[in-house]
Amino acid sequence: MELFFSLSLMMAVAIASGLVGAFALMKKMTLASDAISHIALPGLGIALLLKFNPIIGGAAAILLGALLIWTVERKTRIATETIIGVVFSASLAIGSLITPSEELLEVLFGGFNGFDSAEWLIGIIMSLIIISSILFLKERIALSLVSQDLAKTVGINNSRLNLFFLLIFALNVILGLKFLGVLLMGSLIIIPAAVSKNLSWNFRSDLILSAAAALFSVAIGFVLSSNFDLELGPTIISVAALLFLLSVFFKKSSAN
Amino acid sequence: MNNQGCILKVDGLSVFFGQSQIIKNISFEARKGESLAIIGPNGSGKTVLFRALIGSLDYTGKIEWAPGVRIGYVPQRIDLDRYLSLTLEDFLSLKTKVLHFPRAVINEALKMVHLPPATLKSSLNNLSAGQLQRGLIAFALIGSPDILLFDEPTAGVDLPREEQIYETLHHLQDKQQMTVIFISHDLNLVYRYATKVICLNREMFCFGSPQTALSPELLDKLYGARIAHRHFE
Repeated sequence: MELFFSLSLMMAVAIASGLVGAFALMKKMTLASDAISHIALPGLGIALLLKFNPIIGGAAAILLGALLIWTVERKTRIATETIIGVVFSASLAIGSLITPSEELLEVLFGGFNGFDSAEWLIGIIMSLIIISSILFLKERIALSLVSQDLAKTVGINNSRLNLFFLLIFALNVILGLKFLGVLLMGSLIIIPAAVSKNLSWNFRSDLILSAAAALFSVAIGFVLSSNFDLELGPTIISVAALLFLLSVFFKKSSAN
Repeated sequence: MNNQGCILKVDGLSVFFGQSQIIKNISFEARKGESLAIIGPNGSGKTVLFRALIGSLDYTGKIEWAPGVRIGYVPQRIDLDRYLSLTLEDFLSLKTKVLHFPRAVINEALKMVHLPPATLKSSLNNLSAGQLQRGLIAFALIGSPDILLFDEPTAGVDLPREEQIYETLHHLQDKQQMTVIFISHDLNLVYRYATKVICLNREMFCFGSPQTALSPELLDKLYGARIAHRHFE
């Protein structure tokens, strides 16, 4: 039964990550996605020090980080990548300093201590919120990516949509923190989406393949890690990376 | 707006980018079925004017659209990311799905711009410049706009094709009383299709019918060089 709970939650998170990742990649948020997950580290560290639920600390830090990135993108002309680069390494440095060293490894690479039923329920609900938001907003987000001006002419508020996507993204990262950890969660969002970009032929196939690649990586990673006693997070990401490698060979010849 | 047939009224419009003023105090109006050309050298604020009209840029002054007006916008170009896996069909569906139009309007729009249905399955990244422009026009025409803002591309579309586009738009104007405002770099097209012309070089230099508004002296002043008249005298 515990296996069912864990696996179902992880699969829900995987589908959410695949969908979010498909858009994150189009938005060129590869670096931002790493940064957002790294921002969790100081929050996790503080929570562990003060002995409250680390996920809450991480979540608070991530939401703050997402708002920060959104504001910076909107208000300044400093290259977002520069700021993200700084925030990213600073978070890692500060976070490593304040996180108790015996827990640092788990925070960085995730650990798998099962979920209690409340955590399971919250996780499933959050995954469903992410999945349904993305499915509901997919056309708007895509149009805003093609051209903010065209989006404007059909009544889309680009700035609000952008913030909403960042929050969905942040929520997704928070969800995966527990089993993938700070260093790897960004990868579950980006790598399956990158696999899909190599193979997809239209919008729908892109979303489906991206979710499928994430799901496959998590499922196979889970099986491998429990059978061969491997760390879960790194195993999942290794499977995803292998998929990416394979997908390169099947890349459409017409790709630009 | 109480002025009958007036679809857009612009009054004292200025746009600033930081400290520099890109558009300075321009005023004009567009009526139903009219065809208005905007001409001016590079960097004169033509595209900025369009972006202000659709509400994408902050401005001072007044832009008044007739109530409930539907705007179609054809940008000069779009920056396509190679990670964007959209076919032309996906792209056009974005608009029909957001605005809840039936699927059939996509094929109608496609027919209007003379694109074969097979192009629907092509990735946006694989379309030629000309096909992409038609795709953008089709996107703008979905939902039968009352006014079309058409920013002509500077490169990549050959002239006969361009003329075909203008013929199509002209035809739509006759049929649906659509207003067209177009930015053009080709004064031949302006003479042939515009009922009125706006000369823009940050400020408005002229507004009127092409025959009366475009004197050789004015074109010299607008473009800052004696380039235009040999064509048009």
